[in-house]
Amino acid sequence: MNGAHDVGGMHGFGRINAEPEAHEPVFHADWEKRVFGLALATRDLGKWNGDMSRFARERQHPVDYLRHTYYENWLAGLQTLLVEMGLVTAAELASANAAQFVGEDVRGRVLKATQVAQALARGPSAAMPVDVPPRFRPGDQVRARNRHPSGHTREPRYVRGRLGAIHEHHGAHLFPDLSAEGVRVGQHLYSVRFEAAELWGENANGNSAVYVDLWEDYLEAV
Amino acid sequence: LSGHHHHEHTEPPSDLVLRVQALESLLIEKGLVDPAAIDLLIDAYETKIGPRNGAKVVARAWSDPAFQKSLLQTATAAIASLGYAGRQAEHMKVVENSPKIHNLVVCTLCSCYPWPVLGLPPVWYKSPAYRARAVADPRGVLAEFGTDLSEDVEIRVWDSTSEVRYLVLPERPAGTEGWSEEQLAALVTRNSMIGVEKARSPKTVERP
Repeated sequence: MNGAHDVGGMHGFGRINAEPEAHEPVFHADWEKRVFGLALATRDLGKWNGDMSRFARERQHPVDYLRHTYYENWLAGLQTLLVEMGLVTAAELASANAAQFVGEDVRGRVLKATQVAQALARGPSAAMPVDVPPRFRPGDQVRARNRHPSGHTREPRYVRGRLGAIHEHHGAHLFPDLSAEGVRVGQHLYSVRFEAAELWGENANGNSAVYVDLWEDYLEAV
Repeated sequence: LSGHHHHEHTEPPSDLVLRVQALESLLIEKGLVDPAAIDLLIDAYETKIGPRNGAKVVARAWSDPAFQKSLLQTATAAIASLGYAGRQAEHMKVVENSPKIHNLVVCTLCSCYPWPVLGLPPVWYKSPAYRARAVADPRGVLAEFGTDLSEDVEIRVWDSTSEVRYLVLPERPAGTEGWSEEQLAALVTRNSMIGVEKARSPKTVERP
């Protein structure tokens, strides 16, 4: 979707104003820690994946997305998914009182303290082999397709319609546009190099390029 | 529940703090989360999983040409061989800086970042300002971090749009011949592995 999250190339955000590395804490408030922990723990309930989590944050009103801090966006996305996946009702969220309880199938998946180390050591692989050969090879010229899906996508606006060259084939990975809808389909994934001048015209930095990971459906042969 | 910072004794808790406490209480009451597991998750990212892990990977690459080769060719396995694996490092790529090429990592669409080697991203990495400008004006971003590169250095920006996670291998600073891996790791900053800065000069640190 053409949401407020797709900020590559936007103007007006001002300076970055980084905190000095040596002094920046991992979290800046206790509530941030709890949101982070809740989001990680509930992901293991198996009701949603990373693409659904991203899409839940992106679907906020653009003004809310940009006004919120990072963990406020995580909180908003988590609340959306908890309700949509039927783990919590909107009334329970509003009252903070449990009115109905979840089934054993869900309770059996709750992340326990004894399982945390193991859960951190294994991440879900996005690799998903497919039967068809890759359509492109390193060095091939491609164009990022000019597409504007209303659902989740990982093709940023700033590359759409632009010419690039295949840098590397990553293999086939879970296709995020469908994964965000709960459909697991693999598709070839490539690193594509775009020259800065192709992306930004007369305002481009000299001698620079941007590499973007793009799935086959995002690309067309030139 | 969560501990209290001293400022919460002098100011009433914000609406946000109350909302998060209410949500956690609700999820505990419904049996959907174990608060002890949440404490452990937080502790892992506050005390164990951070950029010192990545610094050890870089120091090993600077010290061991065979490891550097495998790190650049099969990063996920090479990094896992040092014990760093798991969430957000399932598909790693390492990009190498040289006198003629400087790499910079960003995630314009969210905040993808290689957690097992760098920990959780700093606030600036997640900010719209960095995400917007890193792809369109990388030289301006680098200058804001005090990194001025001449025009003959090619800038390569890596936008993390898939589950592939990028780590920059900075150039080994001159004047570090004979340094141990532990000494070298002290020169490797988090920011140098994102690519907004170079590794520290040996002149800036006391040799450990």
